[in-house]
Amino acid sequence: MTLKETLRTISIALFIPLGSTLAVADSIIVQSTTSTKNSGLYDHILPIVKEDTGITVNVVAVGTGQAIKNAQRCDGDVLLVHAKSSEEKFVAQGFGIKRSDLMYNDFVIVGPNNDPARIQGSKDVSKSLSAIVSNRALFVSRGDDSGTHKAELRLWQASGIDPASASGSWYRETGSGMGATLNTAVGMGAYAMTDRATWIKFGNKGDFKIHVEGDTRLFNQYGVILVNPKNCPNVKSSAGQQFIDWLLSDRGQSIIGSYQVNGKQLFFPNAN
Amino acid sequence: MPDSAFLEAFGLIATANADLYEILWLSVQVSITALLISVFLGFPIGTTLAILDFRGKNLCTTLLNALMGLPPVVVGLLVYLALSRSGPFGVLGLLYTPTAMVIAQVVLITPIIAALTYQVMDDLHREYRELFLSLNIQLPKAISTYLWDARYSLITTVLAGFGRAISEVGAVMIVGGNIDHLTRVMTTAIALETSKGELAIALALGVVLLTLALIVNGLVTAVRTRARKYGYT
Repeated sequence: MTLKETLRTISIALFIPLGSTLAVADSIIVQSTTSTKNSGLYDHILPIVKEDTGITVNVVAVGTGQAIKNAQRCDGDVLLVHAKSSEEKFVAQGFGIKRSDLMYNDFVIVGPNNDPARIQGSKDVSKSLSAIVSNRALFVSRGDDSGTHKAELRLWQASGIDPASASGSWYRETGSGMGATLNTAVGMGAYAMTDRATWIKFGNKGDFKIHVEGDTRLFNQYGVILVNPKNCPNVKSSAGQQFIDWLLSDRGQSIIGSYQVNGKQLFFPNAN
Repeated sequence: MPDSAFLEAFGLIATANADLYEILWLSVQVSITALLISVFLGFPIGTTLAILDFRGKNLCTTLLNALMGLPPVVVGLLVYLALSRSGPFGVLGLLYTPTAMVIAQVVLITPIIAALTYQVMDDLHREYRELFLSLNIQLPKAISTYLWDARYSLITTVLAGFGRAISEVGAVMIVGGNIDHLTRVMTTAIALETSKGELAIALALGVVLLTLALIVNGLVTAVRTRARKYGYT
């Protein structure tokens, strides 16, 4: 083989697979929150979705705020996030067709074993947050406009505390995903709020454990929305709707409910 | 932790983990494709800048050198905005594909290749231009002589570009989306495993990536040494 032929062969070998991935027929893009991905839920359900419907679901996992913005820019067919009021706004503004409840789990507050704020076992989020402040314990926040971040800010507000004024001292905003934020919290021995699914699957817990759980305000609802094809003509609405229908069907719901890590159910289906 | 990471890395390689090879192969494909395009663009740009004299040349070279420090995240964001469905090239449907990752890397690497090529060619041109002028050697012949003379420096230039491409995470994460079996490469996989708190697996992937870089550089060194030995220098 001459040098020229070799080069040609190499370039063909390199380009063909790149090109072929562009022409996947029934594939959709889901703009998703990170917790559903990091918890392994998609690895559990997507092969079954593929088998049942023939649809390849490509998941882009970013924070809820970013997922919504990406979907507004038409860079996705389906939105699967957890910030109900933002989702309803998304639909009301015409970016999405219809919002459906999909499943829920809950948020928990995790922290170091020595528990400097003495909140272990508390079921009252407001009291716990106040205790963190009065004990000048560290708290690490997502700070990234994600669903978890929004939920956390609502809880501070409900507790009458303005953490933003302490940003950089005891209140530390990472501006990163849940996993990166948990890594940071474990690294500096700080409290953090996380969805339970990410926490159970998280591999770098150190001596951290759940301190606060069970308050009704820690409820975490996930919703699913088809991106509006009127607004975004590129949206694969039939495949997208088929995926949503599957998720909301009895079969989809029971498969979501059957996902377990270490014997614990991570998501509780509650479609209407 | 490092111990278990090395064990994990050997485990992944030894068990011929299919996912690992898929991710590794995509990393190589994307980086090499981006590198070939960047070389194709960067060599002529650098050479032209070195040979031609024109007003604003200093400005151009300063700009080019500054572009070597382009932050990948910014490049990722720009390419994202360009390829987004609501962006100017949205109709092409390239976002979240390997092609988008190649484009982002080309933007990142081309300035590096061009700036380093300029430096190499400029030095040679300064040294030989008068000699070639006196011998009445035409420019095309001069350029091919420079290229041959500078081949080892240029190989280093290409390796620098490859290093940047294969190790880059910020841009490919944004424009590729780190989609499993579609746009996941070594660096975004490492970021994902880190965010899952699976630090040993993340480090293991890092060891594999580093090994790949070592192999590539080792091969180049071997070719070079062989060429020297047989007097092709």
